[in-house]
Amino acid sequence: MSVDTETVRKIASLARIAVTDGEVEAMTGELNNILGWVEQLGEVDTDGIEPLAAVIPNQLRLRDDVITDGDVRDKVLANAPQAEHGFFTVPKVIE
Amino acid sequence: MAELTDLGIADIRDGFRAGDFSAREVAEAFNDAVASARSLNAFIVETPEHALAAADAADQERAAGSVRPLSGVPLGIKDLFCTEGVQTTAASHILEGFTPTYESTVSERLFLAGAGMLGKLNMDQFAMGSSNETSYFGNVISPWRRNDGGNAPLAPGGSSGGSSAAVAARIAPGATGTDTGGSIRQPAAFTGISGIKPTYGRCSRWGIVAFASSLDQAGPMARDVRDCAILLEAMAGFDPKDATSLDTPVPEWEANLSSDLKGKTIGIPKEYRVDNMPGEIEALWDRGIELMKDAGANVIEVSLPHTRYALPTYYIIAPAEASSNLARYDGVRYGLRDLPDGANLQDMYAATRADGFGAEVKRRILIGTYVLSAGFYDAYYTKAQKVRALIVRDFAEAFEKCDLLLTPTAPSAAFALGEKSDDPLAMYLNDVFTVPSSLAGLPAMSVPGGLDQAGLPLGLQLIGRPLDEQGVLNAALAIEERAGFVARPSQWW
Repeated sequence: MSVDTETVRKIASLARIAVTDGEVEAMTGELNNILGWVEQLGEVDTDGIEPLAAVIPNQLRLRDDVITDGDVRDKVLANAPQAEHGFFTVPKVIE
Repeated sequence: MAELTDLGIADIRDGFRAGDFSAREVAEAFNDAVASARSLNAFIVETPEHALAAADAADQERAAGSVRPLSGVPLGIKDLFCTEGVQTTAASHILEGFTPTYESTVSERLFLAGAGMLGKLNMDQFAMGSSNETSYFGNVISPWRRNDGGNAPLAPGGSSGGSSAAVAARIAPGATGTDTGGSIRQPAAFTGISGIKPTYGRCSRWGIVAFASSLDQAGPMARDVRDCAILLEAMAGFDPKDATSLDTPVPEWEANLSSDLKGKTIGIPKEYRVDNMPGEIEALWDRGIELMKDAGANVIEVSLPHTRYALPTYYIIAPAEASSNLARYDGVRYGLRDLPDGANLQDMYAATRADGFGAEVKRRILIGTYVLSAGFYDAYYTKAQKVRALIVRDFAEAFEKCDLLLTPTAPSAAFALGEKSDDPLAMYLNDVFTVPSSLAGLPAMSVPGGLDQAGLPLGLQLIGRPLDEQGVLNAALAIEERAGFVARPSQWW
């Protein structure tokens, strides 16, 4: 499988990264190099193998259903590029 | 007495306890060393006041008759660890100015153990890189130089390149690193120091800027094996705030150090003898085998048949996880916001991320987005997860025949800055020996083994069974005691 410039534009859009025409050209070549290289995994017989997500066996824990956090609004907002009246603010989203 | 900055972690700890010097003297000596080594660009932020405050507390406690495990020891902290009140950027533009309101579990544990912080160490941006050339804050320069008189600036390795450079240059006696595919071990090998990536889950990931969550592990980088054991004891331990943290006791790794390998079997994975392996790396490996035998170990050849598929597996899984983790940088909650005139919310996201991420980070986000996208998920991501299962099985089968594996850490000595930065694939191949054990979550360590013809350090890697950090540390100690590695970079900075 290889990607063309249109696919790269679509991926960049999905990833919310603005790209210039020049960047799309360069990235198309780079991504094809890398994707061509990982294609070799197709040689490996993985029939009947379960995909592995967690490498060291571990049990997910449950904790008591009690409040352990909160009352930290100002800390949460402390690094916001823009915060007003105790909220994060963003450009208007409703016309 | 030798200069205080020539002392490692154990010597500082013990000398401080014995009253040979004060913690303040140590902190001042390292603060001065940091300030006079800015040409290495190892630190993004210097925090001499933090080191001094911890030192003064240590001196007062000692006067009152109590000391903590790391009292009097100043450390460098990789800029991937969130530090309360101190800028934490992961060496990126998008987090420039981000000042956490909380402390990462690992750095908190080190500070509670009495350690102070010299500053935040430079690194590859979001820990993506093997040469420290992807940092928004500029390259770290290795303190090492080739003996050809050319003075070409060399890579300190990556991603923990600030950590490796600082420890090798003796401007920090030890440092934290993180390792996703080799980011502790390869820089340690490039700079002639030691570094251990523990079993996945030993060190809490809470408060560490996430790259690939199923792989990321913190670990120490220091001048020798004992110092690594001391630091790892302070860093490791169960943390309810990390769902993958292992609820298992932290062994007394330092107290149980032993370089006697009688009864141990060391496996030599034959698939690691890759094509075009430089003769010097092969010679280093053979020497390591001799040292293991000299320490009493039995050495056998073993097979890890899926080794050659580890790198392509890694370069699907790690970017996939990264593309998901890095979705949080949106210009809303923290970090950079780029809001062009008249831009809507979607434009703001795209502009912020275009401006805030470096080229390698974008490349990996795009690969990850692609392999996770509808129609390709099974062909790439699920396939990679299945091959990962086979790689894990290879190790499990090898460990039925042997206790530890010995390999080179990296396929070459340090390369010059700029030498590989135009070719992402050539850069990725640096991690050929470190990535498989990362995919398997195994403890693995690099220890200096010798010098190449250009006078640059080469590292040997030991890989152990899950939770057998002790075995890894002990075999590394056996190499350290026998290799007689005493070389250090001569100061030019």
